[in-house]
Amino acid sequence: MSTARRIGDVILKVDHISLSFGGVKALTDISFDVREHEIRAIIGPNGAGKSSMLNVINGVYTPQQGSITFRGRERRDMDTYEAAAHGIARTFQNIALFSGMSVLDNIMTGRNLKIKSNFLEQAIWFGRARREEIENRRVVEEIIDFLQLQHVRKTPVARLPYGIKKRVELARALAAEPSMLLLDEPMAGMNVEEKQDMCRFVLDTNDQFGTTIVLIEHDMGVVMDISDRVVVLDYGKKIGDGTPEQVRSDPEVIKAYLGAH
Amino acid sequence: MIYREAGQFKTSYVTDAQIFPIAQDRIGIALMLLVAFVVIPRTATPYFFSAIMTPFLIYALATIGLNILTGYAGQLSLGTAAFMAVGAFASYNFMARIDGMPVLLAFILGGICAALVGIVFGLPSLRIRGFYLAASTLATQFFVVWCLTKVPWFTNNSASGVITAQQIEILGYRFDTPQSKYLLVLVIVTVMALMAKNLVRSTTGRAWMAIRDMDVAAEVIGFRIVHTKLTAFAISSFYCGVAGALYAYCYLGTVEPEAYNLDVSFRILFMVLIGGVGSILGSFLGAGFIVLIPIALSYLVHFTGLSNSVTSNLELMVFGALIIFFLIVEPHGLARLWQIGKEKLRLWPFPH
Amino acid sequence: MQFFFEVLITGLLSGVMYALVALGFVLIYKASGVFNFAQGAMVFFAALTTVALQEKFGISLWIAIPITMVVMIAFGFLTERIVLRPLVNQNEIVLFMATIGLTFFLEGFAQLVWGSGVRALDLGIPDEPIAAILDSAGMVVSKFDVTAAVICGVLVAALAVLFNKTKIGRALRAVADDHQAALTVGIPLQHVWGIVWAVAGFVALVAGLLWGSRSGVQFALTFVALKALPVLILGGFTSVPGAIVGGLIIGATEKLAEVYLGPYVGGGIEGWFPYVLALLFLVVRPEGLFGEKIIRRI
Repeated sequence: MSTARRIGDVILKVDHISLSFGGVKALTDISFDVREHEIRAIIGPNGAGKSSMLNVINGVYTPQQGSITFRGRERRDMDTYEAAAHGIARTFQNIALFSGMSVLDNIMTGRNLKIKSNFLEQAIWFGRARREEIENRRVVEEIIDFLQLQHVRKTPVARLPYGIKKRVELARALAAEPSMLLLDEPMAGMNVEEKQDMCRFVLDTNDQFGTTIVLIEHDMGVVMDISDRVVVLDYGKKIGDGTPEQVRSDPEVIKAYLGAH
Repeated sequence: MIYREAGQFKTSYVTDAQIFPIAQDRIGIALMLLVAFVVIPRTATPYFFSAIMTPFLIYALATIGLNILTGYAGQLSLGTAAFMAVGAFASYNFMARIDGMPVLLAFILGGICAALVGIVFGLPSLRIRGFYLAASTLATQFFVVWCLTKVPWFTNNSASGVITAQQIEILGYRFDTPQSKYLLVLVIVTVMALMAKNLVRSTTGRAWMAIRDMDVAAEVIGFRIVHTKLTAFAISSFYCGVAGALYAYCYLGTVEPEAYNLDVSFRILFMVLIGGVGSILGSFLGAGFIVLIPIALSYLVHFTGLSNSVTSNLELMVFGALIIFFLIVEPHGLARLWQIGKEKLRLWPFPH
Repeated sequence: MQFFFEVLITGLLSGVMYALVALGFVLIYKASGVFNFAQGAMVFFAALTTVALQEKFGISLWIAIPITMVVMIAFGFLTERIVLRPLVNQNEIVLFMATIGLTFFLEGFAQLVWGSGVRALDLGIPDEPIAAILDSAGMVVSKFDVTAAVICGVLVAALAVLFNKTKIGRALRAVADDHQAALTVGIPLQHVWGIVWAVAGFVALVAGLLWGSRSGVQFALTFVALKALPVLILGGFTSVPGAIVGGLIIGATEKLAEVYLGPYVGGGIEGWFPYVLALLFLVVRPEGLFGEKIIRRI
């Protein structure tokens, strides 16, 4: 499967993360790591705390305990802006596109950290502001080509079908040229064909750009196929961690999750 | 007029990123500017300038200001007039207290003061949203007008609390006729409208729309919420501030703080709603519409021989009914109707 | 100290009136998620209709009030039918703006039909100090204010019964929780909304009569509605007790601020003080005193 890429050192490490809302414990003492260039899956039944885990990684939620080490720097919790600035991009379980804007503008928002001109320069649309706009447009067009979104470039996203929306969200995340991509159920609610497309995009991204990918997915077939290592969560606790083969044969995982199938 | 894009191929991102990418639009804008700058000044009566064109342009500018905040950044404000008041009274004080202050600089400084006030009163938006924010902007409205009324310093110790705008003079030319004031307003509004158009199609505008549509996602992408919201408040208030200064200097002449009351704020909100939420063109359409309604109504009442008190009540009813009508039928306002019209024209006369 | 209490009581009693207006807001917001900016215009419309009916047709107050009640209920159902039903499922801000439109329409309509200008409204309750309190404590407490407070209390109790003990009330609460779910169990949604608007119209009538007889029936009554906003911020948009407590706090603090703070800054701070108070409060507790905590999920 993977030819060009080579899995590198640990890039992200979460240690003893615990998170609760009011009295409800969402995550209890979770630790795992992610290596550079790998595809790391997080699986588990509904309500296992998978999305919460992603939200902790890019700073949307602040855990009560534990630490996050990203690129060698240990933190109590991540700051959302900092996460973005350090190259962590993200898609959401329930599509979180900017519904009032076109596909092109949505993807352009992904480039925002690359734009240095201030609002005054942008207001007169001159010099650096204009150059940056054109330059970033070029990059965005490459992503549009990559994800085959040419035909909907200027369509408002609210008018798009579900599968395309998911793809636009991936495009927006890729526009930031992230070193790590967090995908929250990128294939949920898709038919087989759309799933295959999305799988291919995810693999291509990993392969061509060397992007590290952390993904949550329910489709076991997909997870076992594309991921290098898998974390299994159940009721906010980690019950398994390893290669797909290891996880598949772990008795506790089978009991809690796979056994249900 | 045939509205076709066929044959206009964009061969570079530069041409596709033009402010008006379609040739017919460029021609249309050029024609409008020609009419506004050449035809109207040569043909119109003083009444037309001072009762229709000048207020229309000033309201359009304030509407752009509110549209930036509400339409693009999604922060509902009921305090637009307060920021206008700050702009007007600040400009007045700069003119009155500093000798040789150029009037255009005074307008800009007035706008900057309004922007600063906007940032201060925008701070609650970092914690609260929706109605709560609307209520806090009402606080702005009442507090600012109260402040300007109660503190004599702001009105340069004028006993009645009324200020008289100073004579406008730029490079030795005196703007004292309705026509010259109209032209001054036109130049300022044209420049600022184009700048607003540029802003909303660049990163700043995309940041505003992003926090409007989905603030958590915007944050995850790397937009700084605090910075984005406060820039929206600042730039919006700057536009309102300059509009307020023009309102005092080029339209009313003498003003009291009460001239910028809640009613004006609502009126500008209506212009945004009817013109088109999140549209610069819509700001002009909405302002024109709302400025013309009372005039049309007064003619109507005049011809049907009803009493004059009917006009103002009828005006309230028509405004109210129109708002409800547009919200139900076309929530994106006149700007969307215009766009639909254009799309129809593209296919006309063979719509299939 | 005696003066302090006198100011405090005046404030609390006017707070009761604010609470009454806020109550109308809460009812509609709870049941339909609409922040009804027109509540103040409804107060004005109700009061003006009552007075004008008396004036134009020479009927007594006790006939005019039931007629107005019918008018307000009809208005409530009409609003639901014409304005809100086409906007169902729109976001809150759109609905809010629609009620701003409704406000303007209603204000124009009321004055077009009944004429503008201040009118007196006499409910037959004397606005004079209660002798017993004046004699024993030396404080001026108006009979009118106390009566108004009692009426408010009765109204709130009645609403509480309506909400908690009747079938309609159960339907209302179900609708407030989840429109869709209420619909699936067979609650006639639009019917319920119509009722809520009618009840809010009735509350507006009571508020209009009390405010109108206190300060004259005039356009300025619509501004009372704006005072209800800070009340709602304090009390939370969905809480009936919150509206009452919020009203009392706003009423009391605004009078105290005017009397003790006002002289230092030139007076007239009643206009904005409640808002600033509410804002400061918001920063500390965004969901209000009794509001439900908002948890945002992504």
